[in-house]
Parts: sequence; C-alpha cells; structure tokens
Amino acid sequence: MSAVVNEASVRAALRDVVDPEIPTISIIDLGIVRAVTVDAAGVQVEIIPTFIGCPAIGVICDDVRARLAEFGPVEVRVCYDEPWTSERITPYGRECLKAAGFAPPAHVRVVEGGTFPLTLHQVVPCPFCDARNTRLENPFGPTLCRAIYYCPTCRQPFEHFKAV
Amino acid sequence: MSSLPAGISHDALADLLLALADDELVLGYWDSEWTGIAPLLEEDVAMSSMAQDEIGHALAYYSLLAPHSGIDPDAYAFGRTPPEYRFARLLGHARTDWGFTIARRYLYETADAVRLESLSRSAWPELAGLTAKMRREEAYHLLHLETWFTTFMSAAPSAAERFRANLAQLWPDALDLFAPLPGEDELLRCGILPEPMSTLGARWEATVRPRLEAASVAVPLNSATLPPRSGGQHPDFSWLWNEMTMVYRLELGAVW
Repeated sequence: MSAVVNEASVRAALRDVVDPEIPTISIIDLGIVRAVTVDAAGVQVEIIPTFIGCPAIGVICDDVRARLAEFGPVEVRVCYDEPWTSERITPYGRECLKAAGFAPPAHVRVVEGGTFPLTLHQVVPCPFCDARNTRLENPFGPTLCRAIYYCPTCRQPFEHFKAV
Repeated sequence: MSSLPAGISHDALADLLLALADDELVLGYWDSEWTGIAPLLEEDVAMSSMAQDEIGHALAYYSLLAPHSGIDPDAYAFGRTPPEYRFARLLGHARTDWGFTIARRYLYETADAVRLESLSRSAWPELAGLTAKMRREEAYHLLHLETWFTTFMSAAPSAAERFRANLAQLWPDALDLFAPLPGEDELLRCGILPEPMSTLGARWEATVRPRLEAASVAVPLNSATLPPRSGGQHPDFSWLWNEMTMVYRLELGAVW
C-alpha cells in the first residue's frame, strides 16, 4: 500500500490511536501529539505525556509505531520540551470524555513560570446530568490523571480528568 | 541530539541526577507500602497515586542520565548495592506510622518544590522541561500535605504532639536534601544547576522553619554530623532494598 506521506495524513492516521486507559479519546484529541515531521529519513512523532509516571506511555508509543508502519520508518520520541496541560484537550476530545462518563478537566489559567493556580473548589459539572453541585471525594483516582467526584443530584460517583 | 551544556563531566551529571532520582525512587517505594493498609480508603488511593508519581519521576531522571552513561535506568534503580544509592538521609527511614509518613512527606515535598522551581530554570533544556512538568503534578501532592498538616495540628493533643515530635526528629535529616553535591562547582559553571544547593536550602528553611515554629514544633538547631546523602547506609533501607530489587536480582538481564 502506498499511503500519501505528509503531516496531515500522518495526523489523520493518529486519530485511530486511542488512550489505552480511556479508549474513547484519540491521542490527537488528548493533545499529547506535540509534533509530527516528515522528511527523507521518515516520520518523527513527539509525544508529551499527560503525567510523567503514566504507565500507558509505552503502549501508546507501540500503538503509534504500529499504526504508522505503512508510512515507512517511524521514530517516536517522548519529550518534555513543553508541559502537557489539560488545556491541550480539544473541544471534541472533551465531548468524547463526557460521553464516556468522565467529567472533562476544569479550565485552569496557566501563569508565568510554569505554575498554575490549583484549587480543589472548582465547579465540575456531572457528566451524566450536568448538575453543578458535585463534590470532590478524592483528588487522587484509579489512574494518575483522574480524580473522584460524587453527584448528589443523580447519585452517581464519577471521575474527573484532572486539571493539570 | 545533545543539548547538554558543554564542559560537564559524566560524574558531575550523575551527582545531580542520581541524587534527585534516588530521593524520588525510595520515597515512592516506602510510601507504596501504604497500598491496602492506609487509615482511610481515600488515602490508600492517594498514597498509591503519589508513590506512582515519584517512581515515574525517578525513571525520568535515570532516563536523562542513561544516554550519557550508557547505563540502563533499571540498572540504576535496582542494580546497585545499598551504599551506592545517593538519596538523602530523610529517605532512609522506614515508613513507620501514618504521622511519621506525613511528617516526612511534608518536609520532603516542601523541599522538593523549592528544588524543582530552581531546576525549571536550568540551562539544560531537557532538565528544565522535565522539572517544569513535575511542578504541575506536585501541586496536587502539596495540597494533600497541607490538608494533613492542618488535620494533625488540630487533632487530639496526643496525635498533634506525636506529629510535632516526628517533624522535629526528621528536621536534621531533611536538611540533607540540600547537602552540597560533589560535582556542584561544575554543575553551577555550566548552568545546569542554576543556584548552589545551600541557597536552595536557605530558601526552604526561610519558609518552613517559621511555619513549624508557629505550630509549636521544637525545630532543632542545624547540625551536620553524618556524611551527606548517606541514606543508603540507614539500617532500615537494607530491608526495603531487598524487597524492591528481589525480582531484578532473580534473573539478571531478563527481558519482560
């Protein structure tokens, strides 16, 4: 198969690669693909992890290599040239999270110097009934990137993709 | 691809990265022991999550060193003998009880925050980028500790007193986090380390000491009597080392 090899076609193909822990969102919509370059040497992809200790990174890199195999030689690099932040999730990605029962991350304002004003009192609407009176149960959840909330309106516990 | 500032020796680079990595690795392993037995279910999850963060950070630091040393990150983490580790004395102690764990984490995380802020200004872009990312994750750890600090200090007198005693006991060992590094002159000259460790230590002490004294902790006067970064020689560590390296030693070079 002779696929057209350019940045747009590679990015389109990467829409098929999903987060193995939340398989309803692609790595493109999650915002962890920082750069795609195509040159004579092949395809280079830069991945910026959501969390440094995320155990899914190895699987994601393998999935990227497998999906892009048809484009020729592929090099995947994990880097921290810029920090991944939850603001990188696309509007469509936020919809994908919500459809899967995850509250999308609250918006955070990043300030100069790499810090951000983190508060646990942010309003996190319920992904099931949109109620805004939800409460934080635990800022730490089943994976590094999730927090646990409870909705007293529809009496559902749910997970919030952490703002970071 | 090498953006490493010129003129830095492998030894000096290892002095910094192994100190940072070993601190995170060993704290992560001690605190992962709370998985399943923390005082609250929420704390089970929180402590496990933070321990996973720390071990991930250790791997990232070892991985920064690996291309320059040719040594595999796993060999750094599990292939050394206890005295070869470079972590600070604060991390040598067993996890002990919940109050002790929180007291140690409080001292460690507040110190690490000062260290990370400085390193995020490093002239080595890879280290600056990595530590900038770590700061965002550690913001959650700091919030967790602030909550527990307040909880303990306003708890029943017996619990609050024990917590104060833990903080006072651990204070001298926490200062070891800012002990001068053997290759520090080189690291400073290349801008990899933006400021001397002693400057960072003074900055940390200027914020944390008044906070502890205001909470009636009898913070001891500083005195260094033990060799710097000798946490690996702490008697408690030999037990942890045996546990955490057991699988690695079972079949050296095994591929999983």
